[in-house]
Amino acid sequence: MTNVKEEREHLYKTHISSDHRLFDLHIKETLQYRDLIFLFVKRNFTAQYKQTILGPLWAIIQPLLTTVVFTIVFGNLAKLTTADTPGSYAIPGFLFYMSSNICWGYFSSTSGATSNTFLDNRGTMGKVYYPRLVAPISTAFSRLVSFGIQLSMFIVIWLYFFLRGDTSIRITPMLLLIPFLVFQLMILSVGFGIIISAVTTKYRDLAMLVGFGLELWRYGCPIAYGLQLVPTKYMQLYLLNPVTPVLTAFRYAVFGFGFFDLRFYLISWGISIGVFLIGLILFSRIERTFMDTI
Amino acid sequence: MDNIMLKIDNISKQYKLGLIGGTTLREELQRWSAKMQHKEDPTRKIGAKEYTQGETFLALDRVSFEVRRGERVGIIGHNGAGKSTLLKLISRITAPTCGDIWLNGRVASMLEVGTGFHGELTGRENIYMNGAILGMKKREIDSKIEDIIEFSECRQFIDTPVKRYSSGMYVKLAFSVAAHLDSEIMIMDEVLAVGDMAFQKKCLEKMSDVSKEEGRTILYVSHNMNTIRQLCDRCIVLDHGQIIYDGGPEEAISIYMGIRSNTSNRISLRDLIRDPEFSSHPVTMTALECLGTDKSIFDVGSSIDLQLDCISSKEIRDAYIRFIIKSPDGRPVTMMTTDRGVHLAASIEKHICLTLDVGTLVPGRYTISPVVYEVNELGSNVNLDGLKEVFCFDITPVPGFNNNMIWQPRFWGYFYSQPIIINKEYTDSAQQEELRVKDDADGED
Repeated sequence: MTNVKEEREHLYKTHISSDHRLFDLHIKETLQYRDLIFLFVKRNFTAQYKQTILGPLWAIIQPLLTTVVFTIVFGNLAKLTTADTPGSYAIPGFLFYMSSNICWGYFSSTSGATSNTFLDNRGTMGKVYYPRLVAPISTAFSRLVSFGIQLSMFIVIWLYFFLRGDTSIRITPMLLLIPFLVFQLMILSVGFGIIISAVTTKYRDLAMLVGFGLELWRYGCPIAYGLQLVPTKYMQLYLLNPVTPVLTAFRYAVFGFGFFDLRFYLISWGISIGVFLIGLILFSRIERTFMDTI
Repeated sequence: MDNIMLKIDNISKQYKLGLIGGTTLREELQRWSAKMQHKEDPTRKIGAKEYTQGETFLALDRVSFEVRRGERVGIIGHNGAGKSTLLKLISRITAPTCGDIWLNGRVASMLEVGTGFHGELTGRENIYMNGAILGMKKREIDSKIEDIIEFSECRQFIDTPVKRYSSGMYVKLAFSVAAHLDSEIMIMDEVLAVGDMAFQKKCLEKMSDVSKEEGRTILYVSHNMNTIRQLCDRCIVLDHGQIIYDGGPEEAISIYMGIRSNTSNRISLRDLIRDPEFSSHPVTMTALECLGTDKSIFDVGSSIDLQLDCISSKEIRDAYIRFIIKSPDGRPVTMMTTDRGVHLAASIEKHICLTLDVGTLVPGRYTISPVVYEVNELGSNVNLDGLKEVFCFDITPVPGFNNNMIWQPRFWGYFYSQPIIINKEYTDSAQQEELRVKDDADGED
């Protein structure tokens, strides 16, 4: 019987079987559908801003307003420190909150959107086959486009502060780290999102928890305050949050000073890759039969 | 061997019955705690049938078949026979519980038209979107976009968002994309049921063309036997998850009709499940018997003697009976009703003997759907009980009927009238006419 099957493997191009291999992730097939990924990204983006007057400007307005609120509430009223290391310069509040908000915004919106992959796409996925991974990947890329717009806004404001010369912003080789940071945020958020999406095919409760959980998680990251505010005895634990080293490294890169601990940065990478791999395996397990349970 | 495009090897698909999936954790915990305390499940719907844990249902039961290049295979069967499950497995929407499927080529599944269409995008953008979802590369769509637009008959609106399209245009555009796919295996689930007649015809012709000229393989599921006849050259009949017939379309269609209808001469109707419209029926038809014959086969021109047994829960002064005669593809051919009402006393079974004149039906297989009804004081119809397609009979030709040719209902309809009487034949030449008249006169002498 096995021989017959092996023989058929050569004769036929596709084999749909009831047994599933653990690492059957359809990576090659997903790459063949890159046109579809591109079209999904384009669709998400155009559909989002069709019939709006301001169009993609909305991508800027949201973090801008959040930053203004943060500057007033956490900066002017609560007067929380924006310094990451003791004795370092305080970063101008507005720049500080904006840099953390756009990074966190990318992470949380990508996780939130990919965690609904199966629920949002069951219409198309129930009718036609395409590698299911295409959906979360294109979500991550469409959010990346918004992030790009926000990053350009940040660069403009950053340049304004830099050219005025009244801050201590310095340009260092750390700037080159930014693409890696963004990439890390991407795989971490997609990994996290697809784990949730795989579990929510059966239990919808988790979908409720995600929005709320992300909101709580936000306060566990140095977004509204500098790292210096964290008590030293909890620092080790605090830095195990995989998003924290990314945020502080991003600030180090754009401002030229701050906190960067290679050990925790690498741990954060390890966690990101681990989460992503677990996500892939869970996802490819669930995708085969999720239509029966969703 | 190398011509086999699709090989299905012993596949089964099992579904769990009862409540699974789509529940909240709370419900699951409630159910679990109730079970621990030996109480009734609090999340269960009142009156719903209780399925024990792990009770399963086989939507497909060890199905195997092969499809060769260029074959156009129709898949027919009743609702719940497993047709859609089969298509879902082949198009990889869900995985089989056991067994293997081997495919030799790209599959384009059209279980729905316009998958992935987005209302905000224009027709052109949606062609790219839909094409990509169906597995086309951007380059391929670029080379075909003109053909697609032309076929869809929507050129004028191609740069308008599809949310402004009429439903017909939407379907036309969507089908055009699918029809231009370069896939070797095409799977269609009644997508042709939409769109106007002219477009349906165009689609069927297109499908036949691509199959014949380019050797593409088509799997088509439909309840419309006419489209099956037009498109398919092979037909598979599924019933309760198993293949009960695999072969020519005509034979398959009559088998399909036969599973629904009974040909034995006495049928018990008491426990048959009524359609929702007849779910509360004051009268119950208990049996239908064909009198005077063992087999329900009749010559053209004959009549059928039937006995219908009914029991009523209340007194009905005038109960009328109506028989709807349908052709094998489910289309009503005619209706016959009783000439007077029958008195039904409460809770006493009544046997009613009837004669149906089916003398004008052409040879073929027909079904009978009986309905018991009364006419209320407002003069409108009140159905008391009804069953769909419970009885089946065949009309066979007699020698000389239709000059011994097979009657083709598709072109000629279901009724035959008395032959046309030829009164006289003559040519324009007056002389010959005179001669003929003279001959006749001679003959009479």
